[in-house]
Amino acid sequence: MNRVISYREALNEAIKHEMRIDPRVFVYGIDVADHKRTFGSNLGIVEEFGPARCFSTPLSEDAMTGFGLGAAINGLRPIHVHIRVDFMILAMNQLTNMISSYSYATCGQLKVPIVIRAVIGRGWGQSWQHSKTLHSWFAHIPGLKVVMPARPIDAAGMLISAIRDNNPVIFLEHRWLYDVTGEVPEQVDAIPLDGCEVLKEGNDATVAAVSWMTVEAIKAAEILEKHGVSIEVIDIRSISPFDSATVIESVKKTGHLVVADYDWLHCGFSAEVASTIYDSCMEHLKSPVSRMGFAPTHCPCTRPLENLFYPTAQDIIRIMEIKLGLPGIDLSGEEFYSYGNKFKGPF
Amino acid sequence: MKDLKIQLYKTMYLIRRAEVKIQEHYAEDEMKTPMHMSMGAEAISAGVCQALETSDQILGTYRSHGIYIAKTGETDNFFAEMYGRVTGTSKGKGGSMHLLAPKSGLIATSAVVSSHIPVAIGAAFANKQVGNKRMVAVFFGDGATDEGVFWESLNAACLMKLPIVFVCEDNDLAIHTPSFLRHGYKKITDIIQQFDCNVYSSESTDAEEIYNLATQAIGVTRETFRPAFLHLKYYRYLEHVGVFEDFQAGYRSRKEFEAWLDVDPLKVMRSKLLELIPAEQVINLEQDIIDKVERSDELARKAPFPELEELCRSVYA
Repeated sequence: MNRVISYREALNEAIKHEMRIDPRVFVYGIDVADHKRTFGSNLGIVEEFGPARCFSTPLSEDAMTGFGLGAAINGLRPIHVHIRVDFMILAMNQLTNMISSYSYATCGQLKVPIVIRAVIGRGWGQSWQHSKTLHSWFAHIPGLKVVMPARPIDAAGMLISAIRDNNPVIFLEHRWLYDVTGEVPEQVDAIPLDGCEVLKEGNDATVAAVSWMTVEAIKAAEILEKHGVSIEVIDIRSISPFDSATVIESVKKTGHLVVADYDWLHCGFSAEVASTIYDSCMEHLKSPVSRMGFAPTHCPCTRPLENLFYPTAQDIIRIMEIKLGLPGIDLSGEEFYSYGNKFKGPF
Repeated sequence: MKDLKIQLYKTMYLIRRAEVKIQEHYAEDEMKTPMHMSMGAEAISAGVCQALETSDQILGTYRSHGIYIAKTGETDNFFAEMYGRVTGTSKGKGGSMHLLAPKSGLIATSAVVSSHIPVAIGAAFANKQVGNKRMVAVFFGDGATDEGVFWESLNAACLMKLPIVFVCEDNDLAIHTPSFLRHGYKKITDIIQQFDCNVYSSESTDAEEIYNLATQAIGVTRETFRPAFLHLKYYRYLEHVGVFEDFQAGYRSRKEFEAWLDVDPLKVMRSKLLELIPAEQVINLEQDIIDKVERSDELARKAPFPELEELCRSVYA
């Protein structure tokens, strides 16, 4: 039985579900128990499970990440929450030097079942320290898993899997997705952390999108469809491990790929996808793999420049025009997403 | 308390003989791992670990030979790890700086200074949460107290009332830089006393005194859940990394060393033992330990290296 709920609610339900069936799970992080509850994703947790299982921490991202490792070694299953991935950087030493190598150091004797949630992406004129994603940094390190669900059903199902996974999982949630609604079953099944999902089938070209870019990709596909162009939209969902099979299969069908990443391009995840496609199905490509992402600069505050920093559906359409040799489409009548006009769903 | 003295001496003697064995063979270039030696620190390793239960947990730094041997009492897997063999504590993949013995309670060692300290508070939190009455003791040097994450961890442990003992093995050096060149304050214990924890200090090289202090500290923390901070001074006999002395480098004086050597932990405890048991008994227990270390070294040299497939194993659970 499906119902339509928001991404935020889906996260919240998944956490509570797991906390009810497994007393080892606990939630902690800066401000997780204040009245705002990390944009509402942690509502009701401290009320139901008590302050020992849901607590706000001192401003000590470095120590609190190591704390999670220690708790995980000793049998608990921590969910560490960061309101912004930009702040999570303070934990890079623990992530890279301690957490990611711990299972390796113990030759698998001890495991690190920690989930680290962080909110990513565009906010509201918040400038360069409240703007980033950084999934390629985390995905670069062996031993860490990195996922970026876009739809509410994936937010719930993948968070359940992440909590049950005995590996450290970095779980990145786009700010603008929090209000997006979608169909989610009453009984959510765990969704594996290693597969892409084809959101929309098409024949002329493929867009493989990350996080918020799935929304932009679907918008671009809808507009292009009106002009007789059929775009296949893939939601990548899992950055590491990355399921290239779905993308390869699509490229074999369409021959054109745009990787719509939500990050800088230089040394970014989109380069990894492109490289994998060139290795696997070069002969099926009718054009080079196109990559899109942040402008090569820092996210500014002022609205007209902030609009240029982040990639959009318009960028996808213009790239497709070049790849497919289409005439320039008149987009003046179209409504695109902006801070003032966000996609609300349902997906 | 003859048995306690005997046990402490045996532990320290085992540490010392293992370190000497490494010194004997290091030039053969078969132990291809940097050695941060525990010579001079034996009283702390033995005294604190003796005060812990077998079920208690410890964490340490790249200089963990002493606490490894004190907590496990074994040298077979220890030497195998030094020689990079599959029978080592991490199948050779960790080396000297990353010793582990989870079944004996040594749950993490780390080379990046202070990075194991927050892990210790998380482990203590879990112990408190499940109510298993286990204590965590985290060992670190004075250099680690320069790092921000040490203060973050101390703060959190005191705030959350965690069953943890912070053991600062203070040799006044972070590699070659003495504390007066690193600290904008006079006494660290004055600062730590401002936190909600109990602070204990000692400059003794008598393992029994350290044992008594640690026992007291651990007992109070078990009961009150106020963390304990032990500030214990010792002298690092050898260079920062390697198996030699380095007084010729000039940053320390041999004269200062000789004063500490005069109260060497083993020398102190041996004298105390000879007042209680016959010399022959001491010599016998020493010979047993010499033989034990010799056997471990031989076993290690004969053991195979890990197979090549081991390179990529256990990255993920």
